[in-house]
Amino acid sequence: MWNFKDFGNSIAAEDDNGNIISYTQLSNLQDKFKKIIGRTLVFNLCSNSIGSLAGYAAMINAGVVPVMIDADLDDELLENLITTYAPEFLWIPNNKNTALKKIGELDYSEYGYSLVRINNEKPKLHNDLALLLTTSGSTGSSKLVRQSYKNIKANTESIVEYLKIDNNERPITTLPMNYTYGLSIINTHLYVGAKILITDKTLMQKEFWQFFRDKEATSFGGVPYTYEILKKLRFFRMDLPSLKQMTQAGGKLLPELHREFAEDCAKKGREFIVMYGQTEATARMAYLPAEMAIEKCGSMGIAIPGGKFSLVGADCEIINEPDIVGELIYEGENVTMGYANSVDDLSKGDERNGRLITGDMAKMDKDGFYYIVGRKKRFLKMFGKRINLDEIDRIVKAKYDGLEFSCDGVDDSLYLFFTDEKIMEEGKRFIAEKINLNLSAIHTVYVPSIPKNSSGKVMYNELKKLVNI
Amino acid sequence: MTNLEKYNKTFTETLGISEEELQGLEYQGISQWDSVGHMGLVSAIEDEFDIMMDTDDIIDFSSYEKGKEILKKYDVEL
Repeated sequence: MWNFKDFGNSIAAEDDNGNIISYTQLSNLQDKFKKIIGRTLVFNLCSNSIGSLAGYAAMINAGVVPVMIDADLDDELLENLITTYAPEFLWIPNNKNTALKKIGELDYSEYGYSLVRINNEKPKLHNDLALLLTTSGSTGSSKLVRQSYKNIKANTESIVEYLKIDNNERPITTLPMNYTYGLSIINTHLYVGAKILITDKTLMQKEFWQFFRDKEATSFGGVPYTYEILKKLRFFRMDLPSLKQMTQAGGKLLPELHREFAEDCAKKGREFIVMYGQTEATARMAYLPAEMAIEKCGSMGIAIPGGKFSLVGADCEIINEPDIVGELIYEGENVTMGYANSVDDLSKGDERNGRLITGDMAKMDKDGFYYIVGRKKRFLKMFGKRINLDEIDRIVKAKYDGLEFSCDGVDDSLYLFFTDEKIMEEGKRFIAEKINLNLSAIHTVYVPSIPKNSSGKVMYNELKKLVNI
Repeated sequence: MTNLEKYNKTFTETLGISEEELQGLEYQGISQWDSVGHMGLVSAIEDEFDIMMDTDDIIDFSSYEKGKEILKKYDVEL
């Protein structure tokens, strides 16, 4: 995937404690992993740290298949994933407390991370399989997206081209690397030999901005919520001369915010680039070129180089006229192989043939720019993270046996509908804790019963009406 | 209500915690005081005391105690 040797002793990543790793060191770790791990499955418990990044990059290049999982994932949910996929090893932060059962001695330790054997058998892996990412990270869903080497390479090359990324860039991390958007920033910058500024500090911390200024970060990515925070932080008044490019994805930005950032960036000679993607398409499918950011405000742009969009109506007819809403279809080499629900699925080949039915409803304007208008599937983006609403149902019902319950919401606001008033507060706290979501984003509503139609299906529109969403 | 009571209330209500947990409380010290919680907390404090905090103060607001110091700058005596 990457030619680490080409970049020699250039720095691949630097953290906010001054630790660095060079491309030569990445290449050495790759050789080491090839020898001691080989072609097998490893859970990478991700944090924004050099150990996590180096482990990921070395595994991909060495033909080891990593599953990227948030290091802060609830222990029980992690155990479930381990039971489902039986990885041979974990790549785990040294400072993580875990009661996980280990087999034998510590296998290897470097850059603050350790390789720990937890199984003796190697799962059967398809030759094309490179990487596995979660679809709904924090609910611990066992559904993973299967990405091939070809997928990652195609998407990386396309992104490098349209964002014009070269080895002078210094992106700063603002997103987790177990999240496809955060990972794509890493993939593209390693591809050109740039230096990644890596930190687990948030935009809310002085240390983040100190690091940003000291190391002269040139770009970052953000989900809609990131841009709300930036506005609150009076970002428009901040003096950040090194910053050249900001990208946005992970949900639709409010058009007002889109405009404010686009105008501010235009004034300061920066690029503001709205993008669209999904884990199922490796990472990116569309981008709105910076020079169109103001004119086409609210649009997610055009297909990335090498990709193609089409819209399909309710009767499967192709929509060619502008301003008619249909389901968005994407075609390109970055369309992933399919899903996995069990370890047996890891030996499966490509099931999509380069065509992805996105589940998003969209329209195109007369100039060929696309606009997302809604979603077919039952999930929300909570601060950029995808949360599957059916998974929330499952988790709550597993906790409260026999409870009639449902949930719905809009991005950044989750509504829980309980039929038992006594457990609402506890249930809300349980969910917040379980899926690592802030309490302020969760609302509880009491309903005497969950509205269902004659065939027993929950009528979500009725629930939505109750809370005016 | 005294200013200190108001200050405490913004914490207990925004972060869903009890008064006993306030002493020594730090950003990211509990799951509720994450970046989403921080935004909510800053907004609640701004509303409560009718002030507008500067960027440097928002990102320097790293603990319950630090917040008290910061509020002094805005002439809020606790």
